[in-house]
Amino acid sequence: MSEKKLPDELINFINEWKTKPGNLIMVLHRVQEHFGYIPREAAFEVAHHLDIPVAKIYGVMTFYHLFKLTKPGRNQIAVCMGTACYLKGGEDLILELERQLGVGLNTVTPDGEFSVEAVRCIGCCGLAPVMTVNGEVFGNLQVNRLSGILKKYKG
Amino acid sequence: MKLTKETFASYQETLRNAGRRTTVLVGMGTCGIAAGAEAVYKRFEKEIAAKGLDAELKPTGCLGLCYSEPTVEIKTPDGKSTVYGKVDAAFAERIVSEHLETGNALTVNIYETPAADLFDDNGKPLKQQRIVLRNCGVINPEKIDEYIARDGYAALENALFDMTPDQVVQKIIDSGLRGRGGAGFPTGRKWQFTKNTPSDQKYIVCNADEGDPGAYMDRSVLEGDPHSVLEAMTIAGHTVGASKGFIYIRAEYPLAIDRLNTAMKQAREYGLLGENILGSDFSFGIEIRLGAGAFVCGEETALLASIEGKRGMPAPRPPFPAVKGLWGKPTVINNVETWANIPMIILKGSEWFSSIGTENSSGTKVFALTGKINNSGLIEVPMGTTLRNIIYDIGGGIANGRKFKAAQTGGPSGGCITPEFLDTPIDYESLQTIGSMMGSGGMIIMDEDDCMIDVTKFYLEFTVDESCGKCAPCRIGGRTCYNILDRISKGKGEPEDLRKLKDIGHAMRKASLCGLGQTAPNPFMSTMKYFEEEYRAHIVDKKCPAGKCKDLLTYSIDAEKCVGCTACARKCPVSCISGEVKKLHVIDQSQCIKCGQCFTVCKFDAVKKG
Repeated sequence: MSEKKLPDELINFINEWKTKPGNLIMVLHRVQEHFGYIPREAAFEVAHHLDIPVAKIYGVMTFYHLFKLTKPGRNQIAVCMGTACYLKGGEDLILELERQLGVGLNTVTPDGEFSVEAVRCIGCCGLAPVMTVNGEVFGNLQVNRLSGILKKYKG
Repeated sequence: MKLTKETFASYQETLRNAGRRTTVLVGMGTCGIAAGAEAVYKRFEKEIAAKGLDAELKPTGCLGLCYSEPTVEIKTPDGKSTVYGKVDAAFAERIVSEHLETGNALTVNIYETPAADLFDDNGKPLKQQRIVLRNCGVINPEKIDEYIARDGYAALENALFDMTPDQVVQKIIDSGLRGRGGAGFPTGRKWQFTKNTPSDQKYIVCNADEGDPGAYMDRSVLEGDPHSVLEAMTIAGHTVGASKGFIYIRAEYPLAIDRLNTAMKQAREYGLLGENILGSDFSFGIEIRLGAGAFVCGEETALLASIEGKRGMPAPRPPFPAVKGLWGKPTVINNVETWANIPMIILKGSEWFSSIGTENSSGTKVFALTGKINNSGLIEVPMGTTLRNIIYDIGGGIANGRKFKAAQTGGPSGGCITPEFLDTPIDYESLQTIGSMMGSGGMIIMDEDDCMIDVTKFYLEFTVDESCGKCAPCRIGGRTCYNILDRISKGKGEPEDLRKLKDIGHAMRKASLCGLGQTAPNPFMSTMKYFEEEYRAHIVDKKCPAGKCKDLLTYSIDAEKCVGCTACARKCPVSCISGEVKKLHVIDQSQCIKCGQCFTVCKFDAVKKG
């Protein structure tokens, strides 16, 4: 429980934004940046600090795809499913990743190492198909390169 | 150092006249970096220093040649320019030791100059013309001086001191500039509405929520030329009487956000943003607000709700944001590409701008040309350019010698352009006439291997997922149509389905609250019109002519060709291929999951797909 408490830097951030109208999404981004997702306890604390109902926070969190309610893997794999990547085999990448990792989309591997998600166009259509691991972009991918990339990240 | 009305012109002149050195430009937009531009940049840095060469190395935005990333351009003081593509660290070393040291360009990995300010003898632009992308791939986006040296902020100075707000609005109206985000509403008229609506507070908003899959022109502009957007927003602020601006940008674009932050900091230091701009009594501030992955937030009323920190649900219009927008105040909202046009219109005039393009669509359009095309990349062409020019002259034709089937524009809200329209000049009206739309500028090229039902299903899955759920036509209609398409793709469609799709599509167009729902039927309305036979093949013959819909495929092994190498049996993930070494192999159809791995692995062309 305690590790999910908001650290001082986050509370400072919230105080800094508190008076600005329309601050909630920016605050949630910052919280997610810190935890990797938005823990339930953190959402309650944000509600307290911003003095708004928790229901409103959950309303916003669940509306936007980017906010995660559960903890992702240590390494986050995002396979682009923009049109260009889709046409050039993005789906095959997902199937192969699921096969190699043994878990489906949006599920963390039992060792906590990886989670895979299909994401919206990341704007690297010239390099399609594309995926990112912890933000690092891999372009012009083929299924046979995946195991090498996974090996590189495995702890 | 704060610039003022008195010092700005002379400072600009000094920058313009700075001595020209040999310059090495490394394209470092997101795709360049993904392809390895950072390692290339470091190697140049090291080699140039080691050899003590007099050359300026600078990172720049996207050069537009996405198919050849990382891209490097060498400019010499005599005005010559060479573009190298597919550069790695080793090749960077070669460029330094051969091209830079001896002055002789290499003959390999040469690509055509993208920033094609190419004009024929009569001054008519050939192929591409760069207005929006004028600085992308030319300047270092993290140095404000480089922007100023290329006429940057001169338009702001003009608008502040030499023009009245009414003159600015008139100039934008006369230029014929229309919103580049998709719908094509005249930009000047928007500004006029806001200007003429009295209010204690007004806002300027930049829509950088580029959610259309397959479009990345806004990202490239922000990464390659962020100041052009800041300058344009400031001009708009002064014109309509707003003191505050917001840039709403996708959180998925971290590099663009960084570069915007850097640019804003520099503009403030120079007195070009913030309090008393250029020493005048006009003050204007800009804040960045992040999106959080909701396509519907590209719709202007939903975007404003999101800036307000709420769920991004659209609101009925009117009232339009120009009159009642952010926090109920009059708000000018334009997209990145629209903003990037503004400074050039102020500087070069509305006549110049309206002379480019077609009668009702002036200026240029940036397209992200991707898919099954040889030279995928970011291109900017005058409105009215034909698809044939784009695909064959600029894009280098269809990849792997395949046949052109369709170009998709407008993303999930758009439709297809088929081969019979290759020679139609592209502008807002012509695209609408043929059942597509300009959209934000994604242009995805499809070849004969792409199944139109599969692609349509892909788009509809997208809009269903992104529907905010507020209005029933979009929420229920979209889902129902998706289910029908899914059925068709699995060979379970009925002839009646085509009529059902049309009926629901019409209802969605008429009754949905916002652009997302109104345009969501476009992909299937357009493909049903032009590819009806392909729909019938799926529904009646239970066949997918392109061989894409897995449920309609069967793989079999040709007894004549199979040599019994066992490769397919070993590769099959569900072990449904039986056969001994050097004997005929057979696929158990009841177990086959149609993954196609046997087809790919067979070296003897013995596995048949059909």
